[in-house]
Amino acid sequence: MARMKFLCDADRCIECNACVTACKNEHEVPWGINRRRVVTLNDGLPGERSVSMACMHCTDAPCASVCPVDCFYTTDDAVVLHNKDTCIGCGYCSYACPFGAPQYPQTANFGTRGKMDKCTYCSGGPEPDMSQAEYVKYGSNRLAEGKLPLCAEMCSTKALLAGDGDIIADIYRERVVTRGYGSGAWGWRTAYGETVAV
Amino acid sequence: MRYLSQFMIALAVLVFVGQANAQVNPTERAVTEESMFEALGTDTNAVAGRVSIPDSNAANLIKPDNKSWAAFQVGTVQTLSVIAVVGMVGLLALFYMFRGRIKVDSGMSGLKILRFGAIDRFAHWTLASTFIILALTGLNLIIGTSVILPLLGENAFGALTSLGKIAHNYLAWPFMVALALIFVLWVIDNIPDKVDVEWLKQGGGIFKKGVHPPAKKFNAGQKVIFWAVIIGGAGLSFTGVMLLFPGVAGAAADWQLYQTIHALIAAGLSAIIIAHIYIGSVGMEGAFDAMGSGEVDVNWAKEHHGLWVEQEKAKSSKDSALSTPAE
Repeated sequence: MARMKFLCDADRCIECNACVTACKNEHEVPWGINRRRVVTLNDGLPGERSVSMACMHCTDAPCASVCPVDCFYTTDDAVVLHNKDTCIGCGYCSYACPFGAPQYPQTANFGTRGKMDKCTYCSGGPEPDMSQAEYVKYGSNRLAEGKLPLCAEMCSTKALLAGDGDIIADIYRERVVTRGYGSGAWGWRTAYGETVAV
Repeated sequence: MRYLSQFMIALAVLVFVGQANAQVNPTERAVTEESMFEALGTDTNAVAGRVSIPDSNAANLIKPDNKSWAAFQVGTVQTLSVIAVVGMVGLLALFYMFRGRIKVDSGMSGLKILRFGAIDRFAHWTLASTFIILALTGLNLIIGTSVILPLLGENAFGALTSLGKIAHNYLAWPFMVALALIFVLWVIDNIPDKVDVEWLKQGGGIFKKGVHPPAKKFNAGQKVIFWAVIIGGAGLSFTGVMLLFPGVAGAAADWQLYQTIHALIAAGLSAIIIAHIYIGSVGMEGAFDAMGSGEVDVNWAKEHHGLWVEQEKAKSSKDSALSTPAE
């Protein structure tokens, strides 16, 4: 089985935000929820870089460890998913996540934030694959259709890579060797305890 | 005219030089994750930038520290909560085996004296009932997955915990009102004084039969519970309100801090309250009446709150002296 990962090549990302838009459109994500976002570092300075970030589907995910109702599970593809029927919207996963992935339909007060929503790596939730119930709660299930996450698939500069961790690490390593520089596999050290050594 | 042309030439040279300098090497000074992590040691916001969405918290790209909160939450907080609750129950069980039920040495007199009026008892039981539900629903968030989840299964446990969260959020408010009421009603009798020193020296007479150090309306042990409830309750209320209004509280780092303080105070206060419940019910004969009917046996009162009984007697004799017409 593949160990699915995201890798954003910050030296290629042009901050077009198409990954963000594609994600919102593919999954009909409601207003205010951003499963993916693009963060620009050193904005306006020499060496500026943009990184597209979403749930990194961590190894030993901290969100899953703090969840008081244990609603998270890891699929055979090592994708971290959660069950919205069990989720109580307590917000602990958002405290624990190093990547700011968990989102809530309301940023409202008084504990009425609603069920948590996050990147599903385009692979839905616990409902039957590609069912309507799954689509309403989690969005489309592209993995079940044999496709990779849309954000990475339609990235115009191929900055955002999705797929088996070893394969995308090889692609990134080859790029770095060819062009002579690379700003690193953002988030890999925090999510998987390893990084792409070049 | 000549000056102007010289100026134009100078300007053209400047622009050319500027363009030459603008040919920067893309790798030079490029931001790498490595360098960002190095900077994290001094600046916790080092791996943050700019986003084009309104949520400014989204500008934080990576917050590795969040993982340490997660580890603390499932490690230390869980362990301390279990130790606090199970440890206190164990200690009380040992105490019960060693000391047994504390009896009224001089036996029940059958005469009653009013200790707590209706308003006192109303405030106490509002605080007590809300606290018990808050403590249980809170404890469920900490250890529910390992204790109750295997019994109920994911769906039922999720539904139960969801209800628990709603109860926790809404019962917090009557808890806070009752806490304020308790403070106003009882603070005057809970200010520490010299009598408490003597009471503490004799260990409150808890460990020996027939030892009854003098005490006013509240003895030193009760004062400790009072201040633990007031200070702990205030801490729980403040951090709890912050957790209910995350927008007011700030960002993830603040929520983590408030959650940690909230959980640790709750563990400590739960242990204290378990001891309080014990001594007010099975642990001591005649004690429950104070909060039950509000009237306690005079002999119980004399043994445990001797100075208070004398005060009450002096008051009532003064009252009756006033009401008795002079002959």
